[in-house]
Amino acid sequence: MIDFLNAFVALSNFVLIPAISYGAQLALGALGVTLIYGILRFSNFAHGDTMAFGAMCTILVTWLFQSWGISFGPLPTALLAMPFGILATMGLVLFTDRYVYKFYREQKAKPVILVIVSLGVMFILNGLVRFIIGPNDQRFSDGERFIISVREFKALTGLKEGLAFKTTQGITIVTAVIVVIALFWFLNRTRTGKSMRAYSDNEDLALLSGINPERVVMVTWLIVAALATIAGTLYGLDKSFKPFIFLQLLLPVFAAAIVGGLGSPLGAIAGGFTIAFSEVMITYAWKKVATYVVPESWAPDTLVQLLSTDYKFAVSFVILIIVLLFRPTGLFAGKSV
Amino acid sequence: MSDSVRNTMYFAGVALLIIITGFVQSWNTALFILNFGLISAIMALGVNLQWGFAGLFNVGIMGFVALGGLATVLVSMPATPGAWQAGGASVIGALVLGAATVVAAVILMTKMKASKLRSFSVFGVLVVGFFVYRGLFDPAVGFIEEIDPAATGYLGGLGLPVLLAWPAGGLLAAAVAWLIGKTALGLRSDYLAIATLGISEIIIAVMKNEDWLGRGVKNVVGLPRPAPYEVDLQSNAAFIERANGLGFDAVTASTLWVKLIYAGLFTVVLVILFVMAQRALHSPWGRMMRAIRDNEFAAEAMGKNVTARHLQIFVLGSAVCGIAGAMMTTLDGQLTPGTYQPLRFTFLIWVMVIVGGSGSNLGSVLGGFLIWWLWVMVEPMGSVLMNFVTYGMADGYWLKNHLLESVAHMRLLTMGLVLLLVLRFSPRGLIPEK
Repeated sequence: MIDFLNAFVALSNFVLIPAISYGAQLALGALGVTLIYGILRFSNFAHGDTMAFGAMCTILVTWLFQSWGISFGPLPTALLAMPFGILATMGLVLFTDRYVYKFYREQKAKPVILVIVSLGVMFILNGLVRFIIGPNDQRFSDGERFIISVREFKALTGLKEGLAFKTTQGITIVTAVIVVIALFWFLNRTRTGKSMRAYSDNEDLALLSGINPERVVMVTWLIVAALATIAGTLYGLDKSFKPFIFLQLLLPVFAAAIVGGLGSPLGAIAGGFTIAFSEVMITYAWKKVATYVVPESWAPDTLVQLLSTDYKFAVSFVILIIVLLFRPTGLFAGKSV
Repeated sequence: MSDSVRNTMYFAGVALLIIITGFVQSWNTALFILNFGLISAIMALGVNLQWGFAGLFNVGIMGFVALGGLATVLVSMPATPGAWQAGGASVIGALVLGAATVVAAVILMTKMKASKLRSFSVFGVLVVGFFVYRGLFDPAVGFIEEIDPAATGYLGGLGLPVLLAWPAGGLLAAAVAWLIGKTALGLRSDYLAIATLGISEIIIAVMKNEDWLGRGVKNVVGLPRPAPYEVDLQSNAAFIERANGLGFDAVTASTLWVKLIYAGLFTVVLVILFVMAQRALHSPWGRMMRAIRDNEFAAEAMGKNVTARHLQIFVLGSAVCGIAGAMMTTLDGQLTPGTYQPLRFTFLIWVMVIVGGSGSNLGSVLGGFLIWWLWVMVEPMGSVLMNFVTYGMADGYWLKNHLLESVAHMRLLTMGLVLLLVLRFSPRGLIPEK
C-alpha cells in the first residue's frame, strides 16, 4: 500500500503537476491563437512573439517595482506588474492591427497572405524583444519558491518519495482557472462576447444584424493581448524567460489549438492539456514509478523512457498529424474551411 | 523602360552593392556575400517552385536544408573503422523494421473494415513494433557511439567525392518531402504550414541527438573539399609567383582563389537549376501548375489531379533546398546542427522570395542576392547609425551602451520591416510574375 502511495507521489511530482501547469500555459496560448482564428480567420504566427513581448514588458515593470522596493509578499512581484504588461501589449496589438492587418482585412486578402504578414510581424517583434531585453536568460521570479518543498512533504507524510509544489506552478494553475472562467463568462454572458461568437460563426449574418465588425476585431485583439501576456509571463515565471524559446513554443501552441479544433475556445483548453500530458508522459523516465508498483524481481533496469526529452516536439507533432488525418476539425468540431 | 532593361539594372545594382562592399570592407567579405548569395538564390528558387508556381506554403525549409547538410556527411566522410561491424547492420535493420511497422499499420488501417478489431490490431502492431525496434536499436547505437567518441563515435559516410553529396542532398530532402507531402498535402494551407514547421524542428532534433548518424551537437568537422586548401596554395611556388604578379600577397590571394572556385561551382549549379525552373514555368506543366494555384476547383474540374501535382512540386522544391543545403555545408566544411535556426533558414528565404517577386524565377534569384547582402550588411550599417544616434550621449551612459550592444538584433527588425513594406506597397515584388 505504501508502495502505491510512493508511486503516486512520484507520479504527481514528476508528471501530474508539471503537466498540469504546462498544460495551463499551453491552453492560454492556444486560446489566443484560436480566438484570432475564429474572428480574423488566419493562423497568427506572431502569437509566440506577442507572448514574448508581453512577458518582457511585465519583466521590465517587475524590475522597476523591485528597485522601488515594492513586493507582493510571498507571491512574485510579476503578478503586480502583469496588468501593466497587458496594457503595453494591448497597445502593441492595436497598433499592428491598425497599421498592418487592417489593410489586408479591407482588401479581403486570402488567409495565407495574412499568415505571411504575421510572419513579418513576428520578425519585427522578435527583433524588438531582443533589441530591448537582449537574447539572454532572464530570471525575475521572487517571493516564496515553494508551496510545499520536498523536505516539508516528507516530514509531513513520512513517505519515502518527496513532492515539491512550486509557487509558480500553483499560481499558473489558479490564474489559468480564473482567466478561463472570466473568458467564458465574457463570451457567453455579455453582449460583446455574444457578438464575437456570432461573428465567428457566420460573418455575413452577424454584419446583417448590425454587429460592428471593427469593434469585434478590436475587442478580440485586446483579449488576445491579455491572454498572450498572461501565458508568456506564467511560462517565464515557471521556466525562465528566453526570447527564442517562444518561437519554439509556437508548435505546441498551434498543435493544441488544432487538436482542440481551431476556433473553439473549449477545444483550445482540451488541446493544451492533451499536448502537455502526452509530452510529459512520453518523455518521462518511468523507472521510479515502475519500481514501486511491480514486484521487486520485475523491477526494470532501464529508464523505461519511451522517447528522450529532446523529442518532445515530435510528440506534439505526431498528435497533430494523427488528429489532422483522422479528425481534421479537431476534438471539438472547429472550422476546417 | 522595358522589362529586360529594368531587370538588368536591378542585377547591376546588386552587383554594384557587392563590389562597393569589396572596396569599402574587403574582397573576402564581398566574395563571402557572393557565395552565400548564390546558395540563397538556389534556396529561393526552390521555395518559389512551391509558393510561386503552386501556392504551397512551406515553412519547413530549414529541415530540408539541414538534410542536405546531413547528406554531405553521409556521402563524403570516410566510414568509421569498426563502426559497421559494431552495430551498423543492427541499426539499419532496426530502422527497416521501424519503417515496416508503420507500413504494416497503414496497410491494416486501409485494408480492414472500421471496427474495434482494426483499432486493436493497428495499436498492437505499433506497440510491438516499437519495443522490438528499441530493443534492436538501442544496444547497437551504444556500440557505435563507444568507438573513439572524441573523434568519431558515428557510422561515418561512404567516402565518395563531395560533389556527389549535392545531388544526394537533393534526393534525401526529396524522400522526406514525399513522406510529409503524402500526409499533410490536401489539408488546407495553414495546416501544411504548421506541419512543415513541426517536421523541420524534428529533423533538427534528430540531427542534434542521433550521434551515431552525424555526431549530433559534437559536429562533424573537416569535410572533404572540392577546392584546394589555402595552406597548400601558400606553399606552392607557382601560385605565389602568379599572386605576386597580380599584386596580391600569397595569403590573401589563396583565400580569394578558393572562394572564387566555390563561386564558380555554385554558379554552374544555379544556372542549371534556373534554366530548368524557367523551362518548367513556360512549359504546359508550368501553366497547369499556375492554373491549379489560381483556381483549384476549376483545375480539378478540368481533370487535373490537384493533390498529385501538389505532391510533385512539393518534392521538387524541397529537393532544390536540399541541394542548396548540401552546398552550404560543403562551403562551411563542417556540419553543425546547433546552428540551424528557423529565422535564418526558413523565414529569411521567404523574405527573399517575396521581395524578389513570387512566381518569378529571376525575381527569386535577385531576392536571394539582395536580401542576403542586406542581412550581412545590416550589422555594420546599424553600428554606424547607432554611433551617429548616440554621438551626443556621454560615454558610459547606460542607454548608449545598450544601443551599441543591441545593434546585432537590428537584423530581424529590418527584415520584418522590409517584408511588411514590400507586401503592402509592392505585393508582386521587384520583378513581378508575367
